[in-house]
This record gives sequence, structure tokens and C-alpha cells, in this order.
Amino acid sequence: MKKVVTGNYAASYGAKVSRAEVVAAYPITPQTQIVEKIASFVANNEMDAEYIKVESEHSAMAACVGASAAGCRAYTATSAQGLALMHEMLHWAANARLPVVMANVNRAMGPPWTVWTDQNDSLSQRDTGWLQFYCENSQEVFDTTIQAYKICEKIGLPGMLVLDAFILSHTSEPVEIYDQDRIDKFLPKYNPRYKLEPSETHAFGGLTTPEWYYELRYKIQSAMDEGLKEIESVGKDFGKMFGRKYGLIEKYRCDDIDTLLVMSGSTASTGKEVIDRLRDNGERIGLARMRVFRPFPKQEMRKLAEDVNKIIVIDRNISFGNEGIFFSELKSALYNENTDIPVYGFIAGLGGRDITMKDIEGMIKKADGKPKDIIWWGLK
Amino acid sequence: MKLTIPGEELMGHGNLSCQGCGGSLAMRYALKALGRDTIAVIPACCWSIIDGPFPYSCLKIPVFHTAFETAASAASGVSAAMKIKGKKTTVLAWAGDGGTFDIGIQALSGAAERGDNIIYICYDNEAYMNTGIQRSSATPYGAWTTTTPAKKFKSAPKKNMVEIMVAHKIPYTATACIAYPEDFIKKIKKAKGFQGTKYIQVLAPCPTGWRYDPAKTIELSKMAVESGIYPLYEVENGIYKISRKAKNKTVKEYIKMQGRFSHLTGEVIDEMQKNVDKEWELLIRKEEFYGHTKE
Ligand SMILES: Cc1ncc(C[n+]2csc(CCOP(=O)(O)OP(=O)(O)O)c2C)c(N)n1
Ligand SMILES: [Mg+2]
Repeated sequence: MKKVVTGNYAASYGAKVSRAEVVAAYPITPQTQIVEKIASFVANNEMDAEYIKVESEHSAMAACVGASAAGCRAYTATSAQGLALMHEMLHWAANARLPVVMANVNRAMGPPWTVWTDQNDSLSQRDTGWLQFYCENSQEVFDTTIQAYKICEKIGLPGMLVLDAFILSHTSEPVEIYDQDRIDKFLPKYNPRYKLEPSETHAFGGLTTPEWYYELRYKIQSAMDEGLKEIESVGKDFGKMFGRKYGLIEKYRCDDIDTLLVMSGSTASTGKEVIDRLRDNGERIGLARMRVFRPFPKQEMRKLAEDVNKIIVIDRNISFGNEGIFFSELKSALYNENTDIPVYGFIAGLGGRDITMKDIEGMIKKADGKPKDIIWWGLK
Repeated sequence: MKLTIPGEELMGHGNLSCQGCGGSLAMRYALKALGRDTIAVIPACCWSIIDGPFPYSCLKIPVFHTAFETAASAASGVSAAMKIKGKKTTVLAWAGDGGTFDIGIQALSGAAERGDNIIYICYDNEAYMNTGIQRSSATPYGAWTTTTPAKKFKSAPKKNMVEIMVAHKIPYTATACIAYPEDFIKKIKKAKGFQGTKYIQVLAPCPTGWRYDPAKTIELSKMAVESGIYPLYEVENGIYKISRKAKNKTVKEYIKMQGRFSHLTGEVIDEMQKNVDKEWELLIRKEEFYGHTKE
């Protein structure tokens, strides 16, 4: 069945068809519609879930952690300030190895108050141990919610899917909602090996001395490595089942190229238009859309870099005191492989300023000569 | 002519509130009571928008916008700074009901227990209005919001935040209503006279969220008080005093005007009436207990 829905509603439908059993969420613009829709699903008995209308995001994540520890599929959604307030509990979810799934609508951080998009909110949670998926369109938001549960429940880590404020969250597109039977087959009921259960008297998360803490962290890293494979294989299976295949990186017209453009989120759609235009003019350029940021797909990036002599990264984010975050991560992935090609890092569109085709073309043109660490595009 | 409300306007015309916004009237009166030597700390709420976008501000006092959950603690910081600088400036924490009853209650409780020298005013519109009408713990029983759809309307009673503040044994706690500006202003001025944390909760109806004709804000506000649903009272060093004694309207009359209650049946309304009567009775008893019944 096809439905015309916003990115936000695609997230709500994703939670519904994934049969999230406990939803704990707190409203924040531009995520609000996700939780309002879930409230109406629950009120109309279309979704068999407990919906806890918590008093803060910190409590939202804590409640998801509790529900997940008790063996339920837990869901939440937030944005910017709300995600930042969850920070402590984001670590908790990952370190407790709980496959909570959440949607984060990418909104720039205040002050000043703002509601428009950039990626600094989610990228600031880089080191919390969450998988991060950057979605391009509503269908992908819906599809990724289902996949995220499957992947996360397999490897025992939480997952965040990210969608751009307004550009994606509030824009309506047709989304195919698959039959529930098939979704249930793809994503069976969550049944963890360890859970809060009176017949098993485990204590979770108690004081751990240096003798073992270190190994527990190693296991999270191993789970992330496993995640790389799992994302690919679940994405492939999803394609077989529902006709849409997903992976770590979407390679758009990356055959026979000398220049690689790297983007993420919904602006990648604009990037694709630019690539089409430039390819028509005979330029040898392709686009790598980074769908997954954590775990970072190093191998795939290296492979892509092998065949080009220039990489251009557009970051709608910044690590203050350094540079664009995708740019940094990509360069560091290439370093040990002696890949000696210029990588250009642009900062663009912070706080929701439009990134137009003209902007992208301009950046591509500007990427020439000795690369600088940071190029601010369109600064007033 | 003797004005019963200070004439000076510290809120400009170019504010971004909706038509009939109770919250904007509340601010206008509050600043008339507090005067220019005031700093406002405002967490995320409708007032983050009403004040105006960069580079504008409709308030003629300094405004510090702060994170949603931090009105009281950020105000505590500003207050400490005033103290160490030897200034008498009033520090006003100005927050919505969500920022007070829910996400900000920890910070507020902390400040109140420490006795930090701030005036905390909660303009209560009984839901998260900034984000588009989601329930808060100030939302009354029975109300529709976008997270409590009519089919599953709010089933928990409104949190009694006033009594929570009284329980902190702060010097001054009061309720107010924008339809009674003299009373509101008197209470703010009184609060200013105390050292420590002062809490005032002012009913500020929201036509957008409550679903009523914006022209009726004052009428409706009055009715909230006249029905005893939102009683006006103050608690000064533990002594209760009811500001307006008459209770001559019903719950039915009050909720009839508002779309947010339009799904309620007679039975539910009767139940609500019983609760209001009980709460009112309790309040009168509290006042009597302290022997301050004289008007
Ligand atoms: C940590 C955090 N979570 C959520 C939000 C989104 N948010 C902004 S204002 C608001 C509701 C405010 O409600 P209330 O305090 O009652 O004030 P009102 O908008 O009704 O005036 C919410 C949920 C935020 N800014 N920060
Ligand atoms: Mg409110």
C-alpha cells in the first residue's frame, strides 16, 4: 500500500510496523509529529504499545532503556536539544547493549534558538556507541526503522536514524507501506537472551573494576564491526523481500569517475541532480551518499577512493576547533592506506541555510589546487 | 485619575504572540509590577518566540534565553552574579507550565530548597503550546491535546504544582490569573519584598490550544477563577489566604466554551465538578486552619 506521508510520519509508521512495544517520547519541533502520530495510533488501537508520555528526554531514553532491559522493543524520537539532554542515557543504552531504536530529526543546536536543520546534534553523539543512519527520503526513513531493529537486535547495540528537519521531516512523499505479515516475517518478535526476569537473577550494570571494564568496551567495538556486515546483509535481505536494497554507502554514478563527491542526508538528492547535469556535460564525477556514519564504513570508502584522484566532502556540520566531521572521518580512514589524493572539505548549510544545485556546483568548481582543511561556503 | 496598574509599558507592540494570547498579557503585567531593574531568564516555551526573532526583542529589559529544563538554575546563576556584584536587580525566571511542572521541576526544586533569590513565574496555559499542543502535567483531567487524543483524553489530574512549591517552605507562593491584573501585580510586588525563592503561577489561557474564540480570553480566564477551578490564593510563610472567595460558576459553564473538552460526557463533567468542589473545600479548610479568614 502506498501512502503519501511526511518524513516524520514515515518514522511513526516505521515504529508501528516494527511493532515497538514501549514508546517513551517527549515533544520537540520538528520531531513532534512523530510522537503525535504514535499517540493517535495507540489511542485508536492501531498499535499495541505502551506509550509513556515522559516529562523530559532524559526520562524518555531512561524509560526506553528500562523497557528494553525488560525484553521489549523500545522506541523514541527526538531532535537537537532533546538529543543533547539524552546524552547520559545514550551511553547507558549502548553500554548496557540494549537495541533501542530512535529517530532523530536533525536540527541545529541553540543558542540562538533555531529549528532548522544541520547535523551537529546527532554527530555530537558520535562516541556514545549508537549506530547512525542518515536517511535521504521518507521511504528510507520507514525502511531503515525496520532494518535498524533487525540489525541492532542482532548485534546488541542501539540505533539512531536521522532525518533532516523540515526538508525531510515535513515534506510529503509517497511511501510504500509493506504488508504487515511480510514485515513480521522479516522482523520477528524481540526475544533477548538476557532480560529482567524474576526466574533469572542477573544484576545488570554493577560496578566493574579495571579488570573487566576494558574488555566490555572491546566487545562494543567488535559489535560495531559486526554491525558493518549486518547492515549490508540485512540491507540485501530487505531488498530481496521488499524490492529496495540498502547498504553502507549509496554509490550514485560512481562508475568510471575521477572525482568523488561525498554527501549525506536529503541534500544528497540535490547532489544527485548536480551529478546528472555534470555527467551529461562529460565530467567524470560520482556521488557517495554516506548512509551509515557509525559504524564508519572505512573499507568501502577506501575502495571508492582507489579509483579517483579527487574527493569533495560537503559537511552540514562542524567540529569546532577542527573541521567538517565527515571530512575528518573520511581522511582518517584513508590515511593508513597511503591514499595520497586531495580531499576538499566544505562547510555548508548550517542552521538550515539552503544548499542549492548552484552551491554544490560552485563547491565542485572551487575544489582545485592544494586542498585546505576547511572551506566555508557562502559565508556572508 | 488614579491608575490601579502601573502605566509604564516594558513590553513593546511588536511581539509574536497569537491573537488573544494569555501568556503575552501575563508578561506585560508582570513587567509593570517588576519595573526596569529586572533581568528575565526564559527557557524554551512560547515566550522564546513571542519575544521576537534576532535581532529584535519586544521586552525593554535584558532577556536571557536558556535551555528548556534550566529556567530556575540559570536564574540562580544570574542571581548569584547580581549578589556578588552588589546589585539589587530582580531576577525573573519566566517559564511555561511544561518548563515548570515537567522538565524544569528538578531545577526549580533545587533552587527553592536552597532559597536562591529569584522570582519564578509560571505562565500556565496547561500544555506544551510552543510545539503544538501536547499534554503537560499541568493539563487538566479530561482535556484533549495532540498526545492525549479525544479517544484517550488526559486521564490524570493536573499536578498540583502550587502545593509542591508550598511544601518547599519558600517564603511566598501564589496563584494569579490574567483576568485579575491588580491582584496579579500586587502579588508580584509582594513577592519582590521577600528574600529567597518566590513562586507565582498565573493562569494564561491559550485560544489556539484550548480551542476557543480569541476574543474570549478574559471572559474564560474569569470563569476559571469564578468556578473555583483555578482559585486565586497566596501562601505567605505557610499562611494560606484566598484572594477571591466567591465560587459562583460551574465546571460545565467553563468547559463549554472550549473545544479541548468538547468530547466529554455528562458523567465525566459531574465527576470533574465533584473534584473541584472537594479541592475548593480543602483550600478553605487550609485557610481556616491558619485562622486567616478575614477578607
Ligand atoms: C530539551 C528540550 N526538549 C524539548 C524541547 C522542545 N520544546 C520547546 S518549547 C516546548 C513546550 C513548552 O511548553 P510550556 O513550558 O508549557 O510553554 P508554552 O509553549 O506552552 O508556552 C517544548 C516541548 C526543547 N526546546 N528542549
Ligand atoms: Mg504551556
